[in-house]
Amino acid sequence: MNQHPVTARQVGLCACHTCGLLSKWKRDHAGLTCPRCSSHLHLRKPDSIARMWAFLIASYLLFLPANLLPIMHTNSLFGAQSDTIMSGIVYLWVSGSWHLAMVVFIASILVPSAKLLALTFLAVSVQKRSQWDPIQRTNLYRIVELVGRWSMLDIFVVSVLVALVQLQSLATIRAGHGAVAFGAVVVLTMFAAMEFDPRLIWDPQDDPR
Amino acid sequence: MGLSTLIACHECDLLQRRVPLANAGVARCRRCDAVLYRGSSSEDSDRALAYTLGGLILFLIANAYPIVALELQANRQAASLYDTVHALWVDGREDVSLLVAFTTLVTPALEISLLLYLLIPLRFGRTPSETVAVLRFLQRVKPWSMMEVFLLGILVSLVKLEHLAHVEPGIALWAFGALIPVLIAAAGAFNPDDIWAKIDHVA
Repeated sequence: MNQHPVTARQVGLCACHTCGLLSKWKRDHAGLTCPRCSSHLHLRKPDSIARMWAFLIASYLLFLPANLLPIMHTNSLFGAQSDTIMSGIVYLWVSGSWHLAMVVFIASILVPSAKLLALTFLAVSVQKRSQWDPIQRTNLYRIVELVGRWSMLDIFVVSVLVALVQLQSLATIRAGHGAVAFGAVVVLTMFAAMEFDPRLIWDPQDDPR
Repeated sequence: MGLSTLIACHECDLLQRRVPLANAGVARCRRCDAVLYRGSSSEDSDRALAYTLGGLILFLIANAYPIVALELQANRQAASLYDTVHALWVDGREDVSLLVAFTTLVTPALEISLLLYLLIPLRFGRTPSETVAVLRFLQRVKPWSMMEVFLLGILVSLVKLEHLAHVEPGIALWAFGALIPVLIAAAGAFNPDDIWAKIDHVA
């Protein structure tokens, strides 16, 4: 086995993003398509970091309303109540279901904030052409891809509650503005993670300037 | 062509030689440990087809019946998956309603029907005409299918309601519970690389 790792880009090859087929890359061919599946070919995802920042900044802006605005309003015989994500977790905790409180806390608070920080860290480290432990950073990216979708949990909880608790005079539940902002944060961070190209982590050590 | 004996890792771009794999084998990148491709056996697509057909039946049941019913002082309210989407829409939360519909109804339905579109003709040795477009679309749409998250969401809301009223799990809840492992098994048996290789032979 050779000691020097050789990347596809170094030998002028380009792997198709869709089907994985290798094609010869020509520098001046912007509109090159894959001969097998006719997807557009790129050496790296185009404008990966710039697009990622756009989604990340939008997520940061919506992160505050998502956590501060109520995600649902309850009207019952016992009075009206508005719940934010955090107060919903507290409710679960004090009513004895501490294990579910943990699940919702992890899915709705821990995962979205850790995901935002992780993606920001990845974007910054790639932009600075950092060579710090590429394997750790690749793993971080994989975890972000894997767990990001679970943040949708609270949106689904609210939607089930809204559908079920429509007992006219006794109790009704309505979705609040926080749910919209929170759903948007989940979707935007998923887009940000999709735009990231993990090969950028390895580029600084493969092609030192 | 010499290029087909090589593969570039999709996560770190390392160029490696393809090696033949045994049935259940997995080829991983030497440098970053990403899964490059899986060994294929002739039964793979049969298994994928069987699981997807099972998934279709469970998906229909999961949508046709109520997931849970709530009883409180002679008031009874049952909700199916569609009811949750509808209730949000009526409530004036069209955006959230669309998001829920897209991630729990539209995307899983598309996934199951497109898999069948590919797998049924392949079972009889034919390659469907839109294979390339369908494979590409399936890859794009996959992260947006969130049935398993929705199931957890149902369970959390049941616990929340327990204190308020009598909750009764419906048939669809069990169907959902069964659907998720079946869909995971279908995804595990479905090997798009095999189909890409078939297209290569035709072209």
